[in-house]
Amino acid sequence: MESVGSIIIYVVVALSIILFSVLTVTTRKILRSATYLLFTLFATAVIYFKLDYEFLGAVQIAVYAGGIVVLFVFSILLTSKPGDNSRSLTSRKRITGLLAALATLVVAGGALISRCSMAFSSLPAMDNPDMKELGSTLMGAGQGQFLLPFEAISVLLLACIIGGVVVARKR
Amino acid sequence: MDLTLIYYLVPSMIMFCCGVYGFITRHNMIAMLISLELMLNAVDINFVVFNRYLYPHALEGMFFTLFAIAIAAAETAVAIAIIINVFRAAKNIDVADLTKMKN
Amino acid sequence: MEFTIPLLILAIPLFMFLLLGLAGMKMSHKLAGVLGCLGMGTVLVLSYYTAFTYYFSGNPEFISAEGVRLQSVIFNVDWLAFTPNLVIRLGFLLDPISAMMLIVIPTISFMVHLYSMGYMKGEKGFQRYYAFLSLFSFSMLGLVVATNIFQMYIFWELVGASSYLLIGFFYTLPSAVSASKKAFIVTRFADLGFLVGILILSFYTQTFDFITMTSQPGAVFASTAGATFMGCSVLTWAMVLIFMGGMGKSAMMPLHIWLPDAMEGPTPVSALIHAATMVVAGVYLVARMFPVYLQVPTSLDIVLVVGAITALYAAIVACAQIDIKRVLAFSTISQIAFMMVSLGVARPEIHECLGYMASMFHLFTHAMFKALLFLGAGALIHAVHSNNYTAMGGLRKYMPITHITFLIGCLAIAGIPPFAGFFSKDEILSAVYAYSPFWGVWMTAVAGLTAFYMFRLYYLIFWWNNPDYHHRPHDGEMAMSLPLIILATISVVAGFIPFGKFVTWRGHEYIIEMNWVVASVSVIVAVVAILIARALYIRENDMPKRMADSCRWLWTAANRRFYWDEIYLFITHKIIFNGICRPIAWFDRHIIDGTMDGFAYITNQASYAIRNFQSGKIQQYVLAYLIGALLLAIVTVCCVL
Repeated sequence: MESVGSIIIYVVVALSIILFSVLTVTTRKILRSATYLLFTLFATAVIYFKLDYEFLGAVQIAVYAGGIVVLFVFSILLTSKPGDNSRSLTSRKRITGLLAALATLVVAGGALISRCSMAFSSLPAMDNPDMKELGSTLMGAGQGQFLLPFEAISVLLLACIIGGVVVARKR
Repeated sequence: MDLTLIYYLVPSMIMFCCGVYGFITRHNMIAMLISLELMLNAVDINFVVFNRYLYPHALEGMFFTLFAIAIAAAETAVAIAIIINVFRAAKNIDVADLTKMKN
Repeated sequence: MEFTIPLLILAIPLFMFLLLGLAGMKMSHKLAGVLGCLGMGTVLVLSYYTAFTYYFSGNPEFISAEGVRLQSVIFNVDWLAFTPNLVIRLGFLLDPISAMMLIVIPTISFMVHLYSMGYMKGEKGFQRYYAFLSLFSFSMLGLVVATNIFQMYIFWELVGASSYLLIGFFYTLPSAVSASKKAFIVTRFADLGFLVGILILSFYTQTFDFITMTSQPGAVFASTAGATFMGCSVLTWAMVLIFMGGMGKSAMMPLHIWLPDAMEGPTPVSALIHAATMVVAGVYLVARMFPVYLQVPTSLDIVLVVGAITALYAAIVACAQIDIKRVLAFSTISQIAFMMVSLGVARPEIHECLGYMASMFHLFTHAMFKALLFLGAGALIHAVHSNNYTAMGGLRKYMPITHITFLIGCLAIAGIPPFAGFFSKDEILSAVYAYSPFWGVWMTAVAGLTAFYMFRLYYLIFWWNNPDYHHRPHDGEMAMSLPLIILATISVVAGFIPFGKFVTWRGHEYIIEMNWVVASVSVIVAVVAILIARALYIRENDMPKRMADSCRWLWTAANRRFYWDEIYLFITHKIIFNGICRPIAWFDRHIIDGTMDGFAYITNQASYAIRNFQSGKIQQYVLAYLIGALLLAIVTVCCVL
């Protein structure tokens, strides 16, 4: 049984996720779209906090909300003038998009419903993973530890840095 | 009221569907990228939620999300570099109008 | 004998062809001409050396202890070895007739090379002309020294090709182009028969080799024994088909139609190819295969009849031609027919194949005096700028050298002693009389006609009237006159060569005995014919015209060559084109092409239909991807989990 405060937080977060997600893809101003994305990402971060993954929530805010969205905003400001509206959609395109989204919803919802018992499992108790455990899991080479993906990601990031520089460099 | 698994899965599902809709309908490349981020984010939520509810003593889902965030960051950076380059060449980042990759 | 010199005889003209053909356009005219002449001169010397070695050295390779001339293979290399049984060889065969051709071909060819220096001076493509002449000389020499019938066929086609190139030398003239095509197509058609004949013969005998076939003709006959096709033995078919190739090359009826048109080529080419050398290839072929022909007398009878009819036909037509080169062309046809007749009547029991020797003798002398006549005609055309005798007349005063040499040529071909033609023609007539008096009388009549039309031509050119010439005609330069003088000299003395010593069937020496009755009859006939021609044409009068008018149809028919071209046109255009080719073309265009077009159309439409899948629009791709992913998800949810 959850506390009332927890439920209120959940309701606010769930509604804002739904609302801002919809707004992100329907607004015709691209900068606003990025802003709504930011709100969605914040709401997601709140979910992570609420589920006791504080580190992940912090990463979400720092990398996603702080890094990626700022990148988006920069690139939007570089590539479009403020006040530009995107083209209004043709009805054909809108219908296609709606159908695709709906089909996804149906399939995912169907899958969810077909696993009712799992879907209604309640929140088990969990020890909040401390920093030391997180660190050893990330850097350890044993079972259930992630040194190899960590290294792979670091190489990937390096490649991205070089690639980004090469691609964006003025010729 | 008990906040069961489905309470988290439904918003993430809707977020994912919004991403699909946006990716298919938007013309602007950056808007498409934003939709992509939405979808990725929805998947991240799912990982975390499944981890938390079904395997509370493991950390795989969480770390997967961590890595996904890192990869998303990298992917966005490269994609935006490409988009800016395209914009420099074509003065436009509308996918429907970009028909010439070579000049 | 070493193989170096014979090899050089073939290699030098080929090299000259490549050199002049590839690098000629970079050379000056003079250099190309001199190079061509030098090359041919070298070949001339080498061939003379080879031939004289063959005839006079007394080498046991060439002549047996009993004085029989042998066939000697100088070299014979495997060129294409398909199976152990089917090997195509290229080689060099020396025997009496090929050694004789080794004298004839380089002599005429060298004269023509020399003459062309003057005649073709300043023509566009002068170097190309010399390249083609070299190619022709190479091919013709390769033909006569062939050791096997397939090598002969290869070179046979090569001479056809070079003849085609040279007839169409002035390729900007439509008439030259169509003449060259006509020559090529007609001879190709004949060569089809030749090829089929070769295949039949070699299928049964298991060999291409001349020596194997001709040294044991009985074995050839035995190998085909019993096999018949449409009432005739297979060997007869093979020999007749091979003769058909000879008919095409040697312009026998009814395949003669290309030769008069071939006069569109430059006149020296006519002298070399269409009078002296290439056109006698058919005679040479029959002579080469003669022992096999003897096995089937039917085929020799066919040779005789075809030759006799052609001789008469060509002689009559020659009387009514206006173009002097056409007259000479028909006289060539007629004279080659003489050689064919002579081969047709040759039998071992008649004076040791007198006809064979006579035919080769006539080939030799005819090559000399006919080349002389053509080169003379070339000089006339060069001076008057017209091919027609109507534009000439009284030229004896302006062109003395041409006049004298042309007269010698005419006397030689008419068979007046002591000129070359008399001796060879006399041998032919003796052989024919010995075989059958009927054909003897026939051929005597043809000989009389020959004398008549040659002297008609002579008088019309050099006497008749005295028109006003814009430019005063004159003899050609030295390069043109010298060959005339040399050839005239040969035409005078060639008859005294004891030919029976050198060229006979099977190589036995044969002492020529004058048949005085035949000789005197033919001389009398020739003289009478010359006198008639003299009476009619010595000075301008309207007698010939009245004679022509009195039997207008005959004159017109002869002038139109008895409508042979029209018959061919009718058969090809009306019957073959309309009856066969057009339906086939329709079938090809609509049924076969239609099917293929249908395939193409379907493919095209299908591609248009599916090209939208590859639109380059990323959102479309994503949609497709999403659909696939959703389907996979459905499958996973329903079945797997």
